[in-house]
Amino acid sequence: MTRGVRPAPMRFVDEFRSGEVARRLADRIAGLTEPARRYKVMEVCGGHTHTIYKHGIEDLLPPEVELVHGPGCPVCVIPMGRQDDAIAIAERPEVIFTTFGDMMRVPATRGSLLDAKARGADVRMVYSPLDALRIARENPDREVVFFAIGFETTAPSTALTLLRARAERVRNFSVFANHVTILPAIRAILRSPDLRLDGFLGPGHVSTVIGVRPYRFIAREHGRPVVVSGFEPLDILQGVYMVLRQLAAGRSEVENQYKRVVPDEGNPAALEVIAETMELRTTFEWRGLGFISQSALKLRDAFADWDAEIRYAVPGVRVADPKACQCGEVLKGVIKPWECKVFGTACTPDRPIGTCMVSSEGACAAYYNYGRLARRAGREPAPA
Amino acid sequence: MSSRSESEVLEAIERRRRRPHYKLLEEHVTLSHGAGGKATHALVETIFARAFDNPLLAPLADAALLAVEGGRLAFSTDASVVTPRFFPGGDIGELSVNGTVNDLAVSGARPLWLSAAFVLEEGLAIAEVVRIAESMAAAARRAGVTIVAGDTKVVERGKADGLYIATTGVGVVPDGLELGPGAIRPGDRVICSGPIGDHGIAIMVARGGLDLEVDLESDTAPVHELAAGLLAAAPGAVRCMRDPTRGGLATVLNELALAAEVAIVLDESALPVRAEVTGACEILGLDPLYVACEGRLAAVVAPAACDAALAALRAVALGEDAGVVGEVRAEPPGMVVLETAFGGSRVVDMLAGDPLPRIC
Repeated sequence: MTRGVRPAPMRFVDEFRSGEVARRLADRIAGLTEPARRYKVMEVCGGHTHTIYKHGIEDLLPPEVELVHGPGCPVCVIPMGRQDDAIAIAERPEVIFTTFGDMMRVPATRGSLLDAKARGADVRMVYSPLDALRIARENPDREVVFFAIGFETTAPSTALTLLRARAERVRNFSVFANHVTILPAIRAILRSPDLRLDGFLGPGHVSTVIGVRPYRFIAREHGRPVVVSGFEPLDILQGVYMVLRQLAAGRSEVENQYKRVVPDEGNPAALEVIAETMELRTTFEWRGLGFISQSALKLRDAFADWDAEIRYAVPGVRVADPKACQCGEVLKGVIKPWECKVFGTACTPDRPIGTCMVSSEGACAAYYNYGRLARRAGREPAPA
Repeated sequence: MSSRSESEVLEAIERRRRRPHYKLLEEHVTLSHGAGGKATHALVETIFARAFDNPLLAPLADAALLAVEGGRLAFSTDASVVTPRFFPGGDIGELSVNGTVNDLAVSGARPLWLSAAFVLEEGLAIAEVVRIAESMAAAARRAGVTIVAGDTKVVERGKADGLYIATTGVGVVPDGLELGPGAIRPGDRVICSGPIGDHGIAIMVARGGLDLEVDLESDTAPVHELAAGLLAAAPGAVRCMRDPTRGGLATVLNELALAAEVAIVLDESALPVRAEVTGACEILGLDPLYVACEGRLAAVVAPAACDAALAALRAVALGEDAGVVGEVRAEPPGMVVLETAFGGSRVVDMLAGDPLPRIC
């Protein structure tokens, strides 16, 4: 009917979204579940959460299988104090503050970066740190700061940009580093007493950088299967299938569903540039999870000239989350988004209180924007 | 932890959505206020609709319908601030004419007369003004309207970005024609006249800086022929028409679902989206349902008239890709739901964030 509009299937997209294959996989998943047993599988990455809601994947899973949303949303884990620091830098008159779009709407003590921009701060959205470096070259009389966030996925592009800034001697450019590492967060969740998980869908894009071996402690020390999974809906379903297959066989191993993208050993060149430019912080605050030791990266001393934290005296004050906000529990998977007291009432995507309601990868935003269908309330099985 | 069940939480959210009570809490205008989503509604309804309060404005429709001796006039206005001013498939001048023409056309009117007001920045090349004026004249001829009044202001360098155009238009509404969300009934079909998201993606790529090479033109065009053809082919069966611009198809369908207190259920596999738009959206993390069109018509029609309506749209060159994209159901009221090609379903809500300012 839409003649000429979709002449051919889109390669690398449509084949991973086949409804027919999905139904077959769903049948096989259902065939692996034991009656009266409940399966809690955490998808670590916010990208997974987004896909799950966007394509309605929960509709295809048997009611015994519950997907628990994990901490891997880079926007969600930035604590309010850091966002305040970012806005303090952005409001300096000489600064052009560059950021990924998602961070623009994250609420801080005095509104968001978008509000700071409306008050006069020069805040610009970029898709890559290299765009920020280009803006620095084009504006030699201004100071350009890049708000670096993200897990190991985005850290290499920040690292490469730093190396290029040094090579080209761009002096009016600096990085406000907020890169975090995924493993300490998973460890913190495994130690959390209020959560029982049966297995993990490992983060696909982080693993393109760090590989699959670093997850072995989850399988070996904690006895939980890990399946590194991709981000298309069929990837997720296959990942769930592989986790359940391990559980059915009593195995706990690290498997790689996302082999078309993730090499087992990761990307040594990317790891090398991260190590050249950044080092672990002793400790870093995660929104809702508190301080986690050795869980974030800062610039090495050799890059002090490009370190916004050194260049600008930021307030650096730890700010408590708003009382009503339960992002921490959501990030740990302890509660579902709708179980938060302010979900959908005081906290909505257009007026968010917590970070989980801002990012498209945040569990609350994904659930609010895509998953809010009342009939799903009926698919919860009776507690086993 | 909440003591409410999931269905109680969701029902509470829907109750709030169905009687939106917009609050404007910001102290300054932000770009979100211009995105066409919830923040725009808050701005318009709490400031302008309140200040100008009157029954003709109150529906906040694409055009106001004014009863005059011997018939009804449709009256509408539109401002264009797009950057860049020239883009693949069009320019700010053509866009400013089509924008008002389309608002009149989807209100059921035959567009007739336009006025144009220009805010020019000191230093703008005269040759560029000439090019834009010629483009507006051509767009007016294509749409069968005459530009009969205008105004020109010049501001100092730096006080405007090149030029902005505001157009206002008047059209005549045929006797007896009643369109509006109030007429929408469960079972009705939702029709879209062509692929969605072309304009938004074309502009985004034309801005540069993304290093994306996409062979795509804006769809800016007048939809008056589509609207007239549809009304002639399915008399009495067209419930409501809209032109999805800012905020995309998702936004206009949400407005209809809320106003009519019905559900609109979309079939993802039937949504017309060009591969170029799908690809760019995948890369940029956007949803084509929220990306702007500037020459499309969305209509809700009675099921019995659906085939005739489609035939009428496809008879016009601009509508050759017209198709049914969804249907109206009773439940859940006020919501747009997408049945995914993957076999699941999800909510399609109003836009909260702003993917990109100054697209129109």
